[in-house]
Amino acid sequence: MTTASELLAAGEAGQKLATHRVDEDCLLVVLSGRWCLDQALPSRELVERELSAVVRRLTFDATALGAWDSGLLTFLAGVLKRCSALGIEVDQDGLPRGIRRLLAMAFAVHETDVARRSGREANLLARVGTATTKLFQGAPAMLRFLGEITLSFLRLLAGRARFRASDMWLEVEQVGPRALPIVSVISFLVGLILAYLGADQLRLVGAQIFIADLVAIGMVREVGALMTGIIIAGRTGAAFAAQLGTMQVNEEIDAFRTLGISPIDFLVLPRMLALMLMVPLLTLYSGFVGMLAGLLVSVYIFDISFFEYYHETLRALELKHFWVGLSKGTVYGAMVAFAGCLRGMQCGRSAEAVGEAATSAVVTGILLITIAASVMTIVYYQLEI
Amino acid sequence: MTKEAHIEVVGLSMAYGDFVVQRDLTFKVNKGDIFVIMGGNGCGKTTLMRALTGLQRPASGTVRYDGEDFWSVAPEDQDRMKRRLGIMFQGGALWSSLTLAENVALPLTEYADLPSPRVAEIVSFKLALVGLAGFGDFYPSELSGGMKKRAGLARAMALDPDILIIDEPSSGLDPLTARRLDDLILELRDSLGATIVVISHDLASILAIGSDSIYLDADTHTMIATGNPQHALQAGDPKVRHFLNRGTA
Repeated sequence: MTTASELLAAGEAGQKLATHRVDEDCLLVVLSGRWCLDQALPSRELVERELSAVVRRLTFDATALGAWDSGLLTFLAGVLKRCSALGIEVDQDGLPRGIRRLLAMAFAVHETDVARRSGREANLLARVGTATTKLFQGAPAMLRFLGEITLSFLRLLAGRARFRASDMWLEVEQVGPRALPIVSVISFLVGLILAYLGADQLRLVGAQIFIADLVAIGMVREVGALMTGIIIAGRTGAAFAAQLGTMQVNEEIDAFRTLGISPIDFLVLPRMLALMLMVPLLTLYSGFVGMLAGLLVSVYIFDISFFEYYHETLRALELKHFWVGLSKGTVYGAMVAFAGCLRGMQCGRSAEAVGEAATSAVVTGILLITIAASVMTIVYYQLEI
Repeated sequence: MTKEAHIEVVGLSMAYGDFVVQRDLTFKVNKGDIFVIMGGNGCGKTTLMRALTGLQRPASGTVRYDGEDFWSVAPEDQDRMKRRLGIMFQGGALWSSLTLAENVALPLTEYADLPSPRVAEIVSFKLALVGLAGFGDFYPSELSGGMKKRAGLARAMALDPDILIIDEPSSGLDPLTARRLDDLILELRDSLGATIVVISHDLASILAIGSDSIYLDADTHTMIATGNPQHALQAGDPKVRHFLNRGTA
């Protein structure tokens, strides 16, 4: 005796899915019509509801099944998983061959415990802790890199460092002449700002001629180097990190290592030298452009004569101011190259890591420049240079 | 029985500036075929793939999908046709900032209006199909080369494409892994009924899965039609036999 209880799901779903009890313990799932993701598909629950304790077997009838895609496959995969959890035997013979094979493929490899990730989200305290330890872990890496560069410089002095001079000149061109436009614009505007700032304050004591002193000494000693350093950190430091980072991604740096060529000698040294050579020169240039801006503002806005300004500038500038500016430029150049190359060499092996390396190079570069600027300003003051 | 042509290429020429890579390519890919585009390094296989998939406009000629000329229709229609193609790039080309699950889910969330639990179901099913069940939370950089390729295949299949285009499935894989990927491709063709275009210079793979093929010749910059690679090996054009015998015949 067969008590076939028929359950038609409500609405549209009924045209695609129906379940019959063909036997006391056997459930027949009838699939019909089109089963594609671009239309509403019946929910698995319609079948799962019927999987009561009595049902021991599940069979399919797909004779009226039309087109199908992943929508049907995921539906069936869900039903099958549920059945195996409940210990219900599934007879797939009623399904089209292609579906049976795809299901077999999907269930062929079981999720391994190794593969399953857990606990990606740590709590706040743990995250703060990890970030803090990471902060301090960065310091030894930085020191190691500094040591490697020092050794590389020693090899250079001993004439044993291997790199191509043409690489260095290429970097020199990139860093120097090509940075002139941006350095010019920024130095001019900074010189102009300094002149206005000075004019406003010096007018109170009737000593506007000292604009010349302020602009000349300010630009040559301090601001020229600082501005150039920051421009180069953004322009060149980021480029270094991106170049070396991409080379890290392509295993190019590993290739150097396997050949016994030090990537520090070959890649970092020329960049370092290029910046230490060009940033002081750019600093000089920046000071000159800044003074030019001060001159124009003084002559045309504040009615100071050209010769007055010229002589006051000559009187204010001593050679030691140039040495201070040049030394700062050299140090900032080294800082930017250090930060850029460090972050590039530490880069991970993905496109995202290259972006992070470039960002980090600029941040580290500017931070190092600012620290160095403060230290040097205090030291020079104490030494009365 | 004459089979239906799924892809039809007529008089296709591709060039970079004045340099013609391949000229006058004419061939048909039938429904349910595994069509192999073979040839040596630098013969223009990948350039042909780029012309087939809409990445690079050919210098002349037409590419028709089910009779519709890809390069002469409006951009919106091109986009619609592109969605029926699933493309697996040589290195997988997985987006490195996304997890595997997010990689496979992206085409689905972009083009199919599906609730997110459904998307998650489809994603885990596709990953299971290529044997990567449970790896959904991994980033591409944490996977081996073979796993990246399989993940690339899962992404290519995300939208249930009619046509799968696979660039160098076995390059960089060990023979056993390459064999498993070949089996997977055969299985997908048989069960999904999809048309598969494979670009390859891997002999074992070409002979194992190819049901039809063309050979792109790097010297004359044009193609030699060959049919089934097994037959080509026995009685095909001398150049193709030379290639398939690794230069010994």
